[in-house]
Amino acid sequence: MANISTKLSERDLIRKPKARSLWSKWGITLFLMALPTIVYVFIFHYLPLEGLIISFKDYNSFQGIWGSPWTEMGGFKHFHTFVTAPNFWTLVKNTLVLSVLSIVFNSTLPILYALFLNEVRFKWAKKTVQIIMYAPYFISTVVMVGILFVLFRADTGSITKILVTLGFEGSSAMSNPKAFVAIYIISGLWQGLGWWSIVYMGSLANVDPNLHDAAKIDGAGRLRRIFSVNFPSILPLAIIMLIMSIGNILNVGFEKVYLMYTPGNSVASEIISTYVYRISFPDYGLPQFSYATAIGLFNSVINIIILVTANFISKKVSDNSLW
Amino acid sequence: MKRWNREKVFDVVITVIMLLVALAFLLPLLNVLACSFSSPEKVVAGEVGLFPVEFTVRGYQEVFANDSLMRGFLNTLFYTFLGTVIQVTLQMLCAYPLSRPDFKGRKFLNIFLTLTMFISGGMIPTYLLISNLGMLDTIWAIIIPGCVSVFNIIVIRTYMQNSIPAELQEAARIDGCGDFQIFLRVVLPLCRPILFVMVLYAIVGYWNNYFNALLYIQSTDLYPLQRVLQDMLVTNSGSLGAGDPNLQEQLKYVTIIVSSLPLLVIYPFFQKYFEKGVVMGGVKG
Repeated sequence: MANISTKLSERDLIRKPKARSLWSKWGITLFLMALPTIVYVFIFHYLPLEGLIISFKDYNSFQGIWGSPWTEMGGFKHFHTFVTAPNFWTLVKNTLVLSVLSIVFNSTLPILYALFLNEVRFKWAKKTVQIIMYAPYFISTVVMVGILFVLFRADTGSITKILVTLGFEGSSAMSNPKAFVAIYIISGLWQGLGWWSIVYMGSLANVDPNLHDAAKIDGAGRLRRIFSVNFPSILPLAIIMLIMSIGNILNVGFEKVYLMYTPGNSVASEIISTYVYRISFPDYGLPQFSYATAIGLFNSVINIIILVTANFISKKVSDNSLW
Repeated sequence: MKRWNREKVFDVVITVIMLLVALAFLLPLLNVLACSFSSPEKVVAGEVGLFPVEFTVRGYQEVFANDSLMRGFLNTLFYTFLGTVIQVTLQMLCAYPLSRPDFKGRKFLNIFLTLTMFISGGMIPTYLLISNLGMLDTIWAIIIPGCVSVFNIIVIRTYMQNSIPAELQEAARIDGCGDFQIFLRVVLPLCRPILFVMVLYAIVGYWNNYFNALLYIQSTDLYPLQRVLQDMLVTNSGSLGAGDPNLQEQLKYVTIIVSSLPLLVIYPFFQKYFEKGVVMGGVKG
């Protein structure tokens, strides 16, 4: 006993590093730190996958997920019902129109905006522009749609009045299916333009100044340098961002479309995710959980296929890819 | 000399254009702000532009006297506080092991987490799970689903890997720190920028969260602000200004301002951090 203690004090005196505890050696401490998240992710991301089974069944809450009977057609009845449903093509079309146009505008305009903002040399002006452009991003979806409803109020809404002087009708554009897509996209850009450009501003700050000097010697003006030096250097990043948004092509934000839905614009504003919600939690009648889950699953599978394809094409064409 | 002048003209022109763009983006908010201070009749008649007409603060008095709105406000304040603490803690704690090259389960954990970005059960399976866990119509249904973001964890991990020298952690170990102490005393203080970004994300996320309440909450007592706002702004079924259609319409403007103000006031303080943070997120994980 006495021996050991003298040994220990000797070790302390020559300041040899303490032996790593077993907890540290085996990574137990590190594991315990990650454990809460592991448990969380398992419960809230992996366990729901079990529920996907009900898309092949006729779910009822008494028999539960496993007890409910399988559907006909080898379990694929709900998928068949959806694909042959009269509203199938409308839902797919509405979803695609919103998402494709969102991708087109949301992935190009922030780049254009960043390229020009990057040219502003007066610091105060750049700061002012940035801080103003971030503001709409912090407004919630509910409030955003609330703003749309008041601004587009029939006859007297501030934007309606401008539209009337331009020769449009005075009825609320919020109940006009033709205006729905434009309102959705433009209000989305209003909220996101400044925010989405942050990542490009960061990338532009790292462009090699030598490239600019070389271009200057070659006689390139400012505009020329924006498009021949700055633009190519943020292009790889832009492509990665594009693939990511293409992978989400059918995941159009549920909330905003759901909130913007009015009986008047329903022809254009019913998309796959809002339809899933409406048949799951209908105002009248029975919830169709199984059918809704089948549609959701159908949606995700197509998403993954599109993502993999987009990634594959980009890898072949430009060497940029997610994996 | 000539070239230099052209540069200067370009500088001025681009600055003016960008300032005008920013001004245009500000106009809708200015209009809403002006209407919130105007008399209901003038607002509904569409006579308010960028400045209040017949200035009044009556709308604000009404809004602050409204029970359901104030309850929503307090609920959201509570949810935001609790949710932010839980979310940021879990994400930071999980990101650190992932940033350590010597962590044994690292590869598995990476795959385990990343997979969830591509596969999900969807609306109903998640609803059934929440229901089976007995969380329906409790505050946990608002705070827990969507609490941890795998994407954020990857961003934090990347930040830890890139900006904290391994030698520093090694030095702390030689001084006798365990893994958790290294995290607490060395890593966390150096992670301040990314920590602030995550706090901001969490606050914004919880303050603006609406989906969880829509799906899982029935009791109006538990409604967060955004759910109350839906009734007032979108479906017109709220209690605010009931009986007077003009007032009801004008109060919408006030509600928009009051409910957005907290976030609009705090984000400028986080600006330099989130600019950094989003750029980090763009870095391929």
